[in-house]
Formats: sequence, structure tokens, C-alpha cells
Amino acid sequence: MNDEPLVRWDWIARNWDNGGPSAIRTLLESHVVMALLPVVFGLLIALPLGVACARWRRLYQPTAGLMNVVYSLPSLVLFSIFLSFTGLTQSTVIIPLTLFTLAILIPAVVDGLGSVPEHVRQSAVAMGFRPLRRLLQVELPVAVPVVLGGLRVATVSSISLVSVGALIGQGGLGNLFIDGWQRQFPTPIVVGIVLIVLFAILSDGLLVLAQRLLTPWSRARRSAA
Amino acid sequence: MNWLIDFFGTAANWSGSDGIPVRILEHLEFSAAAFLIAALIAVPLGLLIGHTGRGGFIVVVTANAARALPTLGLLVLVVLLIGVGTVLPVLIPLVVLAVPPILVNTYEGVRGVDADLRDAAYGMGLRGRQVLFRVLTPSALPLILLGLRLSAIQVVSTASVAAFVGLGGLGRFIIDGLATKTYSDVIGGAVLIALLALAVQLGFTVLDRVVVSPGVRQVR
Repeated sequence: MNDEPLVRWDWIARNWDNGGPSAIRTLLESHVVMALLPVVFGLLIALPLGVACARWRRLYQPTAGLMNVVYSLPSLVLFSIFLSFTGLTQSTVIIPLTLFTLAILIPAVVDGLGSVPEHVRQSAVAMGFRPLRRLLQVELPVAVPVVLGGLRVATVSSISLVSVGALIGQGGLGNLFIDGWQRQFPTPIVVGIVLIVLFAILSDGLLVLAQRLLTPWSRARRSAA
Repeated sequence: MNWLIDFFGTAANWSGSDGIPVRILEHLEFSAAAFLIAALIAVPLGLLIGHTGRGGFIVVVTANAARALPTLGLLVLVVLLIGVGTVLPVLIPLVVLAVPPILVNTYEGVRGVDADLRDAAYGMGLRGRQVLFRVLTPSALPLILLGLRLSAIQVVSTASVAAFVGLGGLGRFIIDGLATKTYSDVIGGAVLIALLALAVQLGFTVLDRVVVSPGVRQVR
């Protein structure tokens, strides 16, 4: 790479918001959409499915097996296969990433519900909680730490996996990698990596914060001990 | 379905230096090399850190950071900076990405061994090293294997992305197919990589059955 510097700051300044489709800001925005929508969809689908699997254990074995298979498929493979159905749209990235999210979250929901101590469940029954209210007000809140643990993994993976979509033309910040490679120019690549990692750290931090807010009792217990 | 018939039914796809068998072999070569190097680094390190209890924080941080690192970006950057020509620039990012899952799970596996079991081993007069290799390692084996499996799958899938920077292997069918809009090649390549990943998954399931001590499996 002879004398080309790793980062050319003026390039970043010129391309941050150049109005075109390749502006860094535009790519960042599409990256955020393509990374976070799958997590939201995944959570919305995984909660009822996970609850169902926890209730009817017989459902869980086949579901877990299927999710294991999905999780072992490389993202490029799923993107390529969906490309022939959904074409060059954001759905080609969003649908496979939703599947990956499900593969992480369904087991997390089932494990989370499994982590509810039996005496807590029985106390709720004894206090007159009906099954639905017990689920919503006792079991799910107790399961929050485990579910959020899965959500953190899913979110960070999703954010970094979106960039592979650049190979099929929909990659958000991943497009910077292709651009940098084709022009043998490292600046866009460094910018892409740094922004993706920062975005991932920020999201992870927000989820940690959410967990603290959602489970105030865990802090109380720790300070009491 | 037509695409699959087009791809797998074409005799030319099965022979020559860019035929399916050669591409599968290439893919396995890179993946195996990167995976073995990563395992040789990460398993001993994970055992050591888990056993001594020093540096556990670093393991956790590495694992989180590695998950956030975009594989394609790292690959492109390293190859761009070092230059193509040898296979080394592609191996480096593959190894970097393969190490964390093994490291974390080996570490967690050793840490997670029942403290009573560890104390009992010391109580029976085993030395530190004997405790590590005769008690901790076999007990941690399910998690170590999980880490190796996750890492192997990661390597196989990243190796397909590596076709973009000029590496051979099965990713070539997808990348070249996209470039020439030959979707039968894209789908065919995708199916082959998927089968390879599933074979890896299956291989580790079998390995788990064979090497994990029945006693350890029962406890799980």
C-alpha cells in the first residue's frame, strides 16, 4: 500500500453527507434499519413461539433442531437464496437476519421461562394469578435477564452481519467495504468497520441499560447482599 | 428448482480447475488450516486462563468485540493492506474470527466445572496440572466442543465471503454468479456451502457423542 494513509480525513468530511446514495450518512441510516428491524421482528415472533415451546415441551425439540440448522447456515448463503425471491430489496437482508434472530431468541425465551424458580410460580398460583396474568406479570419479568442476554447477542450479530449483504447489493455500511476494495482505498473500509463497531457497542450499552431498568430487583438484591 | 438442475446437471461444472470437486477441496483446505491454527491457539489459552482464573475479563471483552467486528470489512482491509499473492492475508482474518468462540467456551467450560469436583480432585492429591487434564478438561469437553463447532461454522461461512477478495472455494460460485447474473451458479454455490456447513454441524454432533464421557453427559 506504498504511501497511502490508512485514513484520509478529508474524504470522510466530503462524503459524510454528499447528497448521493453513497453518502456515509445514508448508508448508516439504511444500515440501522436493516440491522434493527430483524431484531424487532425476531423478538415479536420469538416471544409467543418461545412461550408455546416452554408450555408444550414436545414442540421444543423440533423447533430447536430447525433453529440450529438455520443458525449454521452462512449469511451469504441465505442472502443468495432469498435474492431469487425478493430481488434487490432490503427484505433480502431483513428476512434472513430475522431468521438468525429467531434462532438465538427462541431458545433464550424457553431457557428464560425455565429459569423461573418453581416456588415463585407456585406463589403466584397461590396468590390467585390466572395463567395469562401469571405469564405476563410474573414469569416473563423473571425471564427478562436471560431473554435480554439473547437479545444482546442477536443485536450485535445482526449489526455486523448486515455488511455481508453488500455482496448482494444491500449492505448499508458494508457497501463501503466493496467501494474501498474496488478502488484499493482503505479509508472507506476503516470508516465502515469503526461505525459498525460503534453502532454495535452503543446498541449493546442501551440493552444493558434496559435490563437494569426492567429488573430493578436484581440491583436491590445485590446491594442488600 | 430449474436453477439447481442447471447448476448440478451441467457436466462442465463437475470438472476442471473451477469445477465443483476442486472448489470443495479448496474450501476445505482454507477452512481446515484456519480452524486448526485457531484451535491450537485458543484451546490451550482458554484452558490456562480458566484454570488459573487470571485474565478472564480479557476473554469476555474479546468475545464481545469479535462478534461486533464485520467479517467482510476485516477481510477486505487486511488483504488490501498486506496484498494478495499468498494465502496468508486471507488466513489472518479467518483465524482472528475463529479464535474467540473457542476461547470463550473453553474458558467458560473450565470455570463452570463444579467447585466440589475441583476440590475433591485436589483432596485426592492430584497436582494442578493433573486436575486440569484429568478432571477439568473432560468435564468442560461439551462446552469446548460447542466452541469448536461454532468456530468451524464461522470459518466455513467466512471462507465463502473470502471469494470476494479472490480466494477460491465455494464462494466463487456465488460471487462470480452474481457478477455475471448467472443465478443458477449463485443458488448452486449457496446450496453447496449450506450442505458443507450442515456436514460440519453433523460431524461435531457425532464427535460429541464419541468423545464426551458418558458420566459428564448424564450430568447435563
